[in-house]
Amino acid sequence: MFVINCPYCGPRDEHEFGYGHEAHIARPTLEQQGTMSDAEWANYLFLRTNTKGVHFERWVHTKGCRRWFNVARHTVTHEILKVYKMGEPKPDISAENLPR
Amino acid sequence: MKQAYSIFTLVRNALSYHQDWQEAWRSPEPKREYDVLIIGGGGHGLATAYYLAKEHGITNVAVLEKGWLGGGNTGRNTTIVRSNYLWDESAHLYEHSLKLFEGLSQDLNYNVMFSQRGLMNLCHTEHDMQATRRRVYAIQMNGIDSEMLTREQVQEMVPILDCSPKARYPVLGASLQRRGGVARHDAVAWGLARKADERGVDIIQNCEVTGFDIVNGVVKGVQTTRGAIGAKKIGIVVAGHSGVMAGLAGFRLPVESHPLQALVSEPIKPILNTVVMSPQVHVYVSQSDKGELVLGAGIDAFTSYAQAGSPPVIENQLNALTDLYPCFSRLRMLRQWGGIVDTCPDASPIIGKTPVENLFINCGWGTGGFKATPGSGNVFAHTIARGEPHPLAVPFALERFTTGYLIDEHGAAGVAH
Amino acid sequence: MSQTNRLNTGGRIDRSRVVTFTFDGKSYSGFAGDTLASALLANGVRLVGRSFKYHRPRGIVTAGAEEPNALIQLGVGARTEPNTRATQIEIYDGLVSESQNRWPSLTFDIGAINSLIHRFIPAGFYYKTFMWPAKAWLFYEKFIRNAAGLGKGPTAPDPDRYDKLYHTCDVLVVGAGPAGLAAALAAGRTGARVVLADEQSELGGSLLSESSATVNGQAASAWIADALRELGALHDVKLLPRTTAFAYYDHNAMSLVERLTDHLGPTDGKPRQRLWRIRAKKIILATGAIERPLVYLDNDRPGCMTVSAVRTYVNRYGVMPGRRVVLMTNNDSAYRVALDLANAGVTVPVIVDLRAEVTGPLAKAVREKGIEILAGHAIAKVHGEQGVKEVEVARLSDDGKSVTGSARRISCDCVGTSGGWQPTVHLHSQTRSKVKWDDALNGFVPGDTIPGQNFVSIGGAHGVFDLAACLTEGHVAGTTGALEAGNGGNAGSAPTADAAAEEQPQRPLWIVPGEKPVGQGGKHFIDYQNDVTAGDVMLAHREGYRSVEHLKRYTTMGMATDQGKTSNVNALAIMAGLRNVDIPSVGITTYRPPYTPVTFGVFAGRDKEDFLEPIRKTPMHVWHEDHGAKFEPVGQWHRAWYYPKPGESMHDAVNREVKAVRTSVGIVDASTLGKIDVQGPDAAWFLDMVYTNAWSKLGVGKCRYGFMCGEDGMVFDDGVTSRIAENHFHMTTTTGGAPRVMAWLEEWHQCEWPDKKVYFTSVTEQWAVIAIGGPMARKLLGEVCTDIPLDDASFPHLSFKEGTVAGVPARVFRITFTGDLSYEINVPPSYGLHVWRAFMQAGEKYGITPYGTEGLHVLRAEKGYVIVGQDTDGTVTPQDLGMDWIVSKAKPDFIGRRSMLRSDTKRPDRKHLVGLLTEDPKVVVPDGAQIVEHLKDRPPMTMLGHVTSSYWSPNMERSIAMGLVKNGRNRMGQTLYACWENNRVKMKVTEPKFFDPEGARVNG
Repeated sequence: MFVINCPYCGPRDEHEFGYGHEAHIARPTLEQQGTMSDAEWANYLFLRTNTKGVHFERWVHTKGCRRWFNVARHTVTHEILKVYKMGEPKPDISAENLPR
Repeated sequence: MKQAYSIFTLVRNALSYHQDWQEAWRSPEPKREYDVLIIGGGGHGLATAYYLAKEHGITNVAVLEKGWLGGGNTGRNTTIVRSNYLWDESAHLYEHSLKLFEGLSQDLNYNVMFSQRGLMNLCHTEHDMQATRRRVYAIQMNGIDSEMLTREQVQEMVPILDCSPKARYPVLGASLQRRGGVARHDAVAWGLARKADERGVDIIQNCEVTGFDIVNGVVKGVQTTRGAIGAKKIGIVVAGHSGVMAGLAGFRLPVESHPLQALVSEPIKPILNTVVMSPQVHVYVSQSDKGELVLGAGIDAFTSYAQAGSPPVIENQLNALTDLYPCFSRLRMLRQWGGIVDTCPDASPIIGKTPVENLFINCGWGTGGFKATPGSGNVFAHTIARGEPHPLAVPFALERFTTGYLIDEHGAAGVAH
Repeated sequence: MSQTNRLNTGGRIDRSRVVTFTFDGKSYSGFAGDTLASALLANGVRLVGRSFKYHRPRGIVTAGAEEPNALIQLGVGARTEPNTRATQIEIYDGLVSESQNRWPSLTFDIGAINSLIHRFIPAGFYYKTFMWPAKAWLFYEKFIRNAAGLGKGPTAPDPDRYDKLYHTCDVLVVGAGPAGLAAALAAGRTGARVVLADEQSELGGSLLSESSATVNGQAASAWIADALRELGALHDVKLLPRTTAFAYYDHNAMSLVERLTDHLGPTDGKPRQRLWRIRAKKIILATGAIERPLVYLDNDRPGCMTVSAVRTYVNRYGVMPGRRVVLMTNNDSAYRVALDLANAGVTVPVIVDLRAEVTGPLAKAVREKGIEILAGHAIAKVHGEQGVKEVEVARLSDDGKSVTGSARRISCDCVGTSGGWQPTVHLHSQTRSKVKWDDALNGFVPGDTIPGQNFVSIGGAHGVFDLAACLTEGHVAGTTGALEAGNGGNAGSAPTADAAAEEQPQRPLWIVPGEKPVGQGGKHFIDYQNDVTAGDVMLAHREGYRSVEHLKRYTTMGMATDQGKTSNVNALAIMAGLRNVDIPSVGITTYRPPYTPVTFGVFAGRDKEDFLEPIRKTPMHVWHEDHGAKFEPVGQWHRAWYYPKPGESMHDAVNREVKAVRTSVGIVDASTLGKIDVQGPDAAWFLDMVYTNAWSKLGVGKCRYGFMCGEDGMVFDDGVTSRIAENHFHMTTTTGGAPRVMAWLEEWHQCEWPDKKVYFTSVTEQWAVIAIGGPMARKLLGEVCTDIPLDDASFPHLSFKEGTVAGVPARVFRITFTGDLSYEINVPPSYGLHVWRAFMQAGEKYGITPYGTEGLHVLRAEKGYVIVGQDTDGTVTPQDLGMDWIVSKAKPDFIGRRSMLRSDTKRPDRKHLVGLLTEDPKVVVPDGAQIVEHLKDRPPMTMLGHVTSSYWSPNMERSIAMGLVKNGRNRMGQTLYACWENNRVKMKVTEPKFFDPEGARVNG
């Protein structure tokens, strides 16, 4: 069972949180929507990196402050490598430069 | 030909202290090149290889397995076999598989212990009842067995179930598929491996694929931990690791990998003779021939490749279990484990071509792949052999995510995604 | 004195407290502090059970959690518990126990016929047979199922209660042997928050079985007492005896189960067990090691046990496991035990040592006691069907693969064997940290710790057995762990012990050869409980099941209730020998939780009955109850379904309710509808994005119905939202969808449009909602509310007013889900019942009729209004519902818009919602019935869709239905068939509007 360090409330047990799947998938702008093919739209809607390794994902503190934030987590070890707020850039973390 | 398995050969071998049994499959060194490579030595991959050889005469085939065959979800599921799916596309596919299951022991000459003891889906709300009626009637009109049960009928079949109105999850009724049941998961993998091997398929264990050789958008072979292997056609059948293989081949999939947990109790004398599923509260229970209660849970929400989930999922499941079956409270959990399931947005699988020519994929079975094992292999073998999808596989192509023609089986998949 | 095998002195039992219990109906006595196993042995009972497959007579093999054989049916009735290990049951007065898996009795068991035909049923035999005739498996299976299964489960509800507790600490020490105690002492002294848990009733671990060890110069037992006294006095140290750490989860979370009253017998009222979820900054695994029995011919005879078990029974319980005990070993541990036995007056006729030469001080001491040592020998056979009578000992060949020469017969009633020790790495392994093979130890030891976990294994758990070293390691680990957790206080000095004499190396001989070749008559058991023999491992190897998981699954080795604690390494090593590879190459067993089996009930804890997902009730719920309402569960709510009068059927009651609404006035509790307060300068912009229709221009005081779609363009919720003020909206959602909509709004706001100034507050439970509807609704409201003008001009349909209703401040919405003139009165929840009663009182003269959800559904269906989730299923667009008008063409963007343009989504012949009227108006088809155009004699038939809603309409005096039908809007007037089971009913396709199609009634 994970401990997730909510950027607003501090460390809490996993069961307080909801999972928001892959992070950093921006909704296409209206202009982009106008020009993109069905296949490109499907990429946005459905295709995911499903990373084995460091995965950037969203979580929400459902049973707490209800704030969304991002987490860099290793999908094999379940190690949480970084928690960062929504809107902050994707940190430069990969399997090769784990912050240990 | 392999030596046959039967009561007679068993007795004959007993007289020689079982010294003369052959190995069920060979452990060959990989050749330089094959007509078809199947990546993934689980049930679906082995079935694909078996049917390639049996039905399409393609025997220059290798199955590459990074660990031991049957070691992924094939050996980690709750062994349920059924075909009670809502949409025509799925019902036909899963029924195709169920029918193959019905003759599988004889076809493979390996007892896969397919026990058609009946499978029940409980309804706990009026809404459940509505959705279940719809599903049952659709299945009936597809010519597949399915029926509604009243609460009284449920109680008669499963006396230990708390069907009283005061239960937190009262039982209002259920659907029943009498031809549904359970099979011995390992036996399915082993039986398929043995027969595929007999027909010339090389089953290569401890051989992990580390890359694809792709020239001008056409796949030519793979790199593995045991060297490069060429192939005219390649099928990916790796369940939880589909995303990883797709990544190596340079494309993405509408798939996420999640832990799915299951557990068994200690063995006890027979107490439950039907498979009982309660999708609303994520309790799936049957009793194995050994006497263990086999319990499936819901999936963990997060993406993972760890074959391990979190305890809240198990706790919720056991809360509901002990409420539905108050006498199970004193039984004990013997073993708990997790698998990695590849889930699609519509809870239906992907079978067909990929953006890379001659590279095919069969994935996205999510929480329900075991029941599809022979059917999946059968249609995938056809798809690879002909280069065109089997008629049953057509709706399950990757393109559906572009057109929007999804096959939403969240209700039927049981486990919610 | 009935306890024939009880020593006169010694042991930690309390001889002043005699405890009586029964086993298989016979009464016995033991002492407080006995386990059921020690008490049975004290009474000379050796035969305690039957094995799983062959029904072989079996005895007690170990003295702990690893016990494979002595499984007992404990207790009776609703409290009966199968498969409990006699070695871990503390006896209490009145304890009732029975042996399992035998019929009619333990000594004469019909099932033992399997033992006679064992030759025909080797590992995996069932895969090779029972295939003919094809459908007969169910027949065979019935017999197999009845033969399998060990004990019997209770069939009545569990009368006991369970507890659950969350806890955090600095240092969690698992295992209270010498290493664990030293660790807890060191950590505790620094001031750290410490938990020390041990599965046994007494803390002390292996020291409890010691006869002569000393710590800090005093007897081990005295040191334990001192240590516990000191720990008990430390404020932040919690001692948890009878507590098994069984599962190690991510991020240093340990699950433990504490047995609170099991040792007292049935105790009403007190919780039986408690689940601990402990999150520790540092976890110290001091879980010790488990001794492996040797694999020799007929090694399952009752009376065959491990050397460490012999030692524990003698030293800790003062019990002779036998009067003449033969020991066989491949290492030094048997020698200490031989000395203990000799000191206790038990005869040790011989120590059979597999090693060719035996020297050193221990051997010397043993010889001085007059005990014969047969080095380079092996037990080649064990006699005694229902209990050991005699062993045959013969010389081992040099390669250890056979015995030579003539065997010497030695009479005995107990055989203790030691095949070396396997560290208890289960919890380490559960974290997905690797284990590695140790050649000196001949066992697996912990490898590197997986990132993200913070623990260390000490003492026996990582292969260190010397007492002095264990104490030192414990002290260091405790000090370091506390420091890592931020406690730098003084840890005091480490406890000390004399260094043990150097031990001679083991001789790993994984199969002890017997008088017959392995697998050819006689049995070398590896997994006792599942009856897996060395011959079975050879068969698995022969047939290609060679990796560890194939071996386990094919032979069922290690799959029994003991999960292979004594057998896994033996089997792996034998397979490695057959494959001629080193042991790790065969694969390493992955240990899975739980360490020992854990009661299901403890996971539920108090989360049962009223506390299991508590039911949500509206403020008016009691009124509904008082007036005989039937309830239906909707999401977590219980909603009034209908209100039958005495003698009324559901059908009658619903008809009456539905008619009343159309003819006079009805009242319904709508409090469960989701309600979200939306405020902020960008509120209107936001609604434009989440609804398919336009909101910016909605006037203040006006209400509008809207659909929410997912980004895939499919409808997922609906409701009426009202503009309270320029920047303030009151949104309603479906009952079941409320949490999801709330989360949906927050997600889009925070993740996609964080710059927008908009705020969402769930106010579902801040308002009680009473809806009154029907021709008399306006009149009635006018009597209860006097400060809102109700005429159509001042208060038109789809608008809202604030005012006072029954003296209570209220928001009144003029909106309808029945098609009749209706008002939804929202008041603070604590006034809900009062206002409801006020309406009932004032409405009496109009025949006001409360109606439930069923009536509501009929009423809305008469109007063709959809219920999201019933008429839709996540695959339906607004256009499919014939509600293209609700999808804005003017708005540039909203969630779901782009998906509606996909090729399949914009197809004109998708499934459309249509009305369906049966040819015979009296027939009501069930919802879910399938729509077919061309009937066939029997399925399969091509289905066009299904009936989504179907009711008897008392106002139309006929059945009505709606359905999703392929290309339905272009089939108006067509006759199709509704099909279910064997029924085929003609239905005509119509517009989905049945009653008041022109919509005149909303104005009364």
